[in-house]
Amino acid sequence: MSGTFVGMPAFPEAAREALTDSQLRHNLAHATSTIRAKRAKVVAEVPDWEELRLAGAAVKERALLDLETQLVRLEETLTANGATVHWARDAAEANAIVAGIAKAHAATEVVKVKSMVTQEIGLNEALAEEGIAAWETDLAELIVQLGDDLPSHILVPAIHRNRAEIRDIFRSKMGAAGRPAPDDLTDEPAVLAAAAREHLREKFLRAKVGVSGANFAVAETGTLVVVESEGNGRMCLTLPEVLVSVVGIEKVVSRWEDLDPMLRLLPRSSTGERMNPYTSMWSGIAPGDGPQEVHVVLLDNGRTRALADEVGRQALRCIRCSACLNVCPVYERTGGHAYGSVYPGPIGAILNPLLKGVGHDEQTDSLPYASTLCGACFEVCPVRIDIPSVLVDQRAQVVDAHRGGVPKPEAMAMKGAAYVLGRSRRLSAVERLTGIGMRFARRFGPTAWTGARDLPDAPGESFRDWWLRTDGGRTDGGRNDDQKG
Amino acid sequence: MRVALMVTCINDALYPSTGQAVVRLLRRLGVEVEFPQAQTCCGQPMVNTGYLDEAVPVLRTFVDAFAGYDAVVTPSGSCAGSARHQHSIVAGRSGDEALQEAVAKLAPNVYELSEFLVDVLGVTDVGAYYPHRVTYHPTCHSLRMLGVGNRPQRLLEAVRGIRLVDLPGADQCCGFGGTFAVKNADTSIAMGADKARHIRETGAEIVVAGDNSCLTHIGGVLSRQRSGVRTVHLAEILASTEDSAVAEVTR
Amino acid sequence: MPDARTEILARVREALVGSAIDPVQTVAPRAATPVATRELVDLFAERVADYRAVVERCSAEDLEDRIAAALPAGQVIVPPGLSLRVPDAIVDDGTLTAAELDLIAAVVTEARVGIAETGTIVLDHTPDQGRRAISLVPDTHICIVREDQVVADVPEAIALLDPARPQTWISGPSATSDIELDRVEGVHGPRTLHVLITPPRDVTS
Repeated sequence: MSGTFVGMPAFPEAAREALTDSQLRHNLAHATSTIRAKRAKVVAEVPDWEELRLAGAAVKERALLDLETQLVRLEETLTANGATVHWARDAAEANAIVAGIAKAHAATEVVKVKSMVTQEIGLNEALAEEGIAAWETDLAELIVQLGDDLPSHILVPAIHRNRAEIRDIFRSKMGAAGRPAPDDLTDEPAVLAAAAREHLREKFLRAKVGVSGANFAVAETGTLVVVESEGNGRMCLTLPEVLVSVVGIEKVVSRWEDLDPMLRLLPRSSTGERMNPYTSMWSGIAPGDGPQEVHVVLLDNGRTRALADEVGRQALRCIRCSACLNVCPVYERTGGHAYGSVYPGPIGAILNPLLKGVGHDEQTDSLPYASTLCGACFEVCPVRIDIPSVLVDQRAQVVDAHRGGVPKPEAMAMKGAAYVLGRSRRLSAVERLTGIGMRFARRFGPTAWTGARDLPDAPGESFRDWWLRTDGGRTDGGRNDDQKG
Repeated sequence: MRVALMVTCINDALYPSTGQAVVRLLRRLGVEVEFPQAQTCCGQPMVNTGYLDEAVPVLRTFVDAFAGYDAVVTPSGSCAGSARHQHSIVAGRSGDEALQEAVAKLAPNVYELSEFLVDVLGVTDVGAYYPHRVTYHPTCHSLRMLGVGNRPQRLLEAVRGIRLVDLPGADQCCGFGGTFAVKNADTSIAMGADKARHIRETGAEIVVAGDNSCLTHIGGVLSRQRSGVRTVHLAEILASTEDSAVAEVTR
Repeated sequence: MPDARTEILARVREALVGSAIDPVQTVAPRAATPVATRELVDLFAERVADYRAVVERCSAEDLEDRIAAALPAGQVIVPPGLSLRVPDAIVDDGTLTAAELDLIAAVVTEARVGIAETGTIVLDHTPDQGRRAISLVPDTHICIVREDQVVADVPEAIALLDPARPQTWISGPSATSDIELDRVEGVHGPRTLHVLITPPRDVTS
């Protein structure tokens, strides 16, 4: 079964390792540039995209700021529709609830719709400990699960794998998990998809229990929504007798009509399609149609911590489209594993610290710094999460969490800089040493800077000194060097 | 109109020629800028590293230096962005209402150079001459935080003698990112290498941008690669004239 | 220890102390000008075809022939309330298991709404469409959409649909982009989607 992210190194070290993998860099550059172009094309078709983003952000923001009412309402409507609602404070509680339901039906396996939240809580591993096999049925998740790998992208968890690698995984691993891959398996995507269809078919047809997440949960109507492409979602949501959906409490939207901006924003932002192939909606139990026992697990697991963060709470608007990953220049170079979480990329760099809190472990504390603050993520976010601003705020929280102890060299440098920059006289004095500093850095490198980059030549005098000497260039000040570069 | 030059700490210490170019350029356009001697830095290095408390005294100095000016012009998209978008955060952190008010008053008056030229002075042809093959890299903060749009390109297109060539993947970050360049040096360099490759592909002699911080990083990679491509700040191209072109040959 | 529900709701309350809900209700933009049905249906047909579904337009009289021509070899199932006859079809009575449905080659259903802008067909699984499993497991789905069921975009569809009903929104045959983000049609859902667009029922009957 797939591994976990526990014990990952901090981002810079993990990134360093990933950067040496030229195959990975190639796979990522190819995949992200493809999806970027697709997204740009279908977004350009919508003349009022900006208004749509505002509407999407407002839908989520309204529900979040009124979350208690919305959750209680959701529970009422779900219950009225025949669903059983469970509440889970954390991963362990949620996993225990799902395992309990599976055991109550003597199930030794469950089929799963691709779901970020069940990865976040490590459901597959928890079920395995209870002797229950959890089969991932999304193609990319299947690739990750069979390859004993970790997901590296929200939408396309196996984005780091190319077709030849996938063929090798299918050939060597499918047999142990069920129906083996055909002998004549090629690396054509259509052939690989067909092999996945054959492999998973028997699992869908016999499954007693399905497990899903939800993209949206409508409080007013008790409707859950799952957005997908392959039909594996429909299989898991329709064919089993029992359905358990694990839903983060931030997935709630207030009203039925709130689905409108979301269903226009998500597919265009995510897969770069006008609409994804399949969207399933169900409001509890439909007599004679689909699962006749429906459970919904409402999960906190750090979401209320994020909600309490006034700057960071906007991250809970996230609809997991992964547009921010696809445009992120850092993600494109390092891939998703370097972020050490099921939530990689720019959104992961804020969501993980918000869910877990900072100041406890180096890995989480390194994530807000895993960005150049270039702002490409904010530009594409369908719900207008200002990721750069949240990153900067999270950095401040990381620094604040470490105040009081023995100051790190960086903290001392910043205090020194604050002192120097607090008065221009002090700065002016330090500037006269710039040349010496540059010569020192060049001589005693390689430092983090000079490992692969040269330093500029230091000028003969600072701008400030030039201005004073030449009266802002109105006189030659004794020597003519205002052309000096 | 009283106009102050916010030269920025990096230009003050490392690239005085950029500040000098702004002075020459604006003087040619009839604007006498003042240089408030009390200025130091916008505080962005602290803010973007998470040291908000340390940024407070720097912000006070900034506000004191530039209060009372109708316009503050700076040859840096990043520092203009810091003043317009981050100073309110730092002021909020300080709990000092007077500082918050001063920031609210000052921030809208801060202009990146191309914004000042196009929006405030209403010019795109600044009478420059620059006979070189040049490619333009739009820096992230000018592009996305400030939204300068195509103002720099319009200014460059009006320069006589220039041969502007498109940069592939222009809107991709160069990998500098301030503190990122050091904290995540490997990723930063990987991004810089890709940017440098695209620049070399254009066959340009010069890569121009509105931020010397990004150009330090890009230039550092280009120089290490012995590419022969030079980095030049936008202000220096716009300040160039036929006379200065002669002088440049000798530099 | 308080139960999870009580504790989570208390945490939510505490997290939001001092935060007011923005009273401004942002309304999602909608197409400014209403479009003639004819153009909508043209757009719908074009957009469905973009997903590499088979799209045909035909008169009510031709419909049964077109269905017969579209059917693959093998058994066909129809929902109990289908408004036309498909010769030799099994009429679903809700008893066939998933494994039994897997032996059936095709299904013929009607639909609730067609969305022009996105090329989407929405089923709400009333008797003319049947329970969800029958339009999922067979490998060919022949779906009849009437011209008067086509609406402009997602908001118009949402306004028409009944949230109490289960729904399946279908935009082309099943597909995946999981391998190098290269779109491939045909995974678990029906690999062939055949859409027949016909004039409104009241005009032709």
